[in-house]
Amino acid sequence: MSGGAPMIHARGLVKRFDDFVAVDAIDLDVAPGEAFGFLGPNGAGKSSTMRMVGCVSPVTEGTLRVLGLDPTRDGAAIRARLGVVPQLDSLDNELTVRENVLIYGRYFGLTRRELRPRIDELLEFVQLTDRAGDRVEPLSGGMKRRLTIARSLVNEPELLLLDEPTTGLDPQARHVVWDRLFRLKQRGVTLVLTTHYMDEAEQLCDRLVVMDHGKIVAEGSPWQLITRYATREVVEVRFERDRPENGSLEGLAERVEELPDRVLLYSVDGDATAARLAERTLPPHSTLIRRSTLEDVFLHLTGRTLVD
Amino acid sequence: MHALVGPVRAYEHWLAQYRRVWRGTIGTSLLNPILFLAAMGIGLGTLVDASPNAPEGVRYLDFVAPGLLAAAAMQTAAAESSFPVLGAVRWNRTYHAMLATPLGVRDVLLGHQLFVATRVLVASAGYLAVLAAFGAVHSPLGLLAIPVAVLVGAAFAGPVMALGVSVEMGAAFPTMFRFGIMPMFLFSGTFFPVERLPALAEWAARATPIWHGVALCRRLTLGDVEALPALGHVGYLLLWTAAGLALARWRYGRRLSG
Repeated sequence: MSGGAPMIHARGLVKRFDDFVAVDAIDLDVAPGEAFGFLGPNGAGKSSTMRMVGCVSPVTEGTLRVLGLDPTRDGAAIRARLGVVPQLDSLDNELTVRENVLIYGRYFGLTRRELRPRIDELLEFVQLTDRAGDRVEPLSGGMKRRLTIARSLVNEPELLLLDEPTTGLDPQARHVVWDRLFRLKQRGVTLVLTTHYMDEAEQLCDRLVVMDHGKIVAEGSPWQLITRYATREVVEVRFERDRPENGSLEGLAERVEELPDRVLLYSVDGDATAARLAERTLPPHSTLIRRSTLEDVFLHLTGRTLVD
Repeated sequence: MHALVGPVRAYEHWLAQYRRVWRGTIGTSLLNPILFLAAMGIGLGTLVDASPNAPEGVRYLDFVAPGLLAAAAMQTAAAESSFPVLGAVRWNRTYHAMLATPLGVRDVLLGHQLFVATRVLVASAGYLAVLAAFGAVHSPLGLLAIPVAVLVGAAFAGPVMALGVSVEMGAAFPTMFRFGIMPMFLFSGTFFPVERLPALAEWAARATPIWHGVALCRRLTLGDVEALPALGHVGYLLLWTAAGLALARWRYGRRLSG
């Protein structure tokens, strides 16, 4: 990509399925080399947006340019330069690890001769070299994910789309995936990912948008979002009994959120707030002062109601 | 990109997968015809041949063998176009993997269809070899029964793939086999001439692609082909193939690029 033109450019982008509006007129620009995240609850429109960017789902309305090209006209040419890590694994379970990358590389029209050294390199990168000749089916979830990532890199993509890359993985496996993605980012690959893991977004993303009901409700770096939509610190208080009446803690902090099991006090200075709280109530069962996280932002913006 | 480059790339995937299981399929591809020809052609055949109204005045083995070959092509094509297609959409998501690359819906469909044709080709070649071993091939023209069988397979692959890509579960397929494929196997001229059916059923049988495949294969292995009816059969099978492909293309588009 030359001259810093955006890798993804969207204006008023809409995706409709019959009467249902999955993506509701969003604007978006992703710069080369950026790690960009879509956050949002299930059904917020993240995956629909990713599918349009991946040129597998037609745009209903609005403008979309990917790598400067129009998905409606140049879908195949764009896909030739994209890497895609889908939400659900789509590996060939009966084939070996190596064959999986080989066959996928053939979809791009790469020759077997070109692919041979590249596959070695990719399997090395995702730490699957010693499993190269094994069938995929018995591999662990983390290994399959890494293989999916290796496969998505076979065409040396400029833009890598990852739809919930670590959902369902154990903590070790997640950290290995994050580490590989971070290395890709260092190499200058543009990463676009969806996630509902806030730590994942904080670890990987330079910039992110929070989506809800098909709309972008907030945008910025993780830190910008935290300072804009939350306070610096949060005091989490649990009462076993002698819980103060609802509303009686208002004024103790910039924002007070009373949940069934605990009370959250959003504050610039957690210690001071905790001290003032101690003057006003009987001693709580536990008090935790912590830094605000994206999770606080997320729940503030998209609500605590369960989305199914 | 040349029109066939994409389909061939998708086809390579199915071939790679087939390489892992082909030995098993060769076994059944040979055993099935041996069992059927022994039971129907020889076992039942000795009774039919003893009766005064044997069909077409030939040995029953010679009558039934080419019909079985065509019917096997239909069954192979239907089997390869049903569960594997559903699996490629829902379970293994093979199609989705392909569509994330430069391949398009058309490539995915044609590549898979090409593979179904390959399976039918291999199965039919095996079937014809067994036919020849039983002495049921009476002319070199019988070799042409292989491409005709592939055409029969193609005529069935389209509509079945259209169904396979549309359903959410495999429950539709046993129904399709029970009420579609099985009656066609039994009543479309494989075991007895359709003229023996009541008039309405006879015309229904003649409208199926399998009847045309059976009739043409029979003329080829018996070695008395007339050009015009043969062309009619081929034309009718091509028509089904084209219509089936168009139907499948529409269903694939609806399902895979929503």
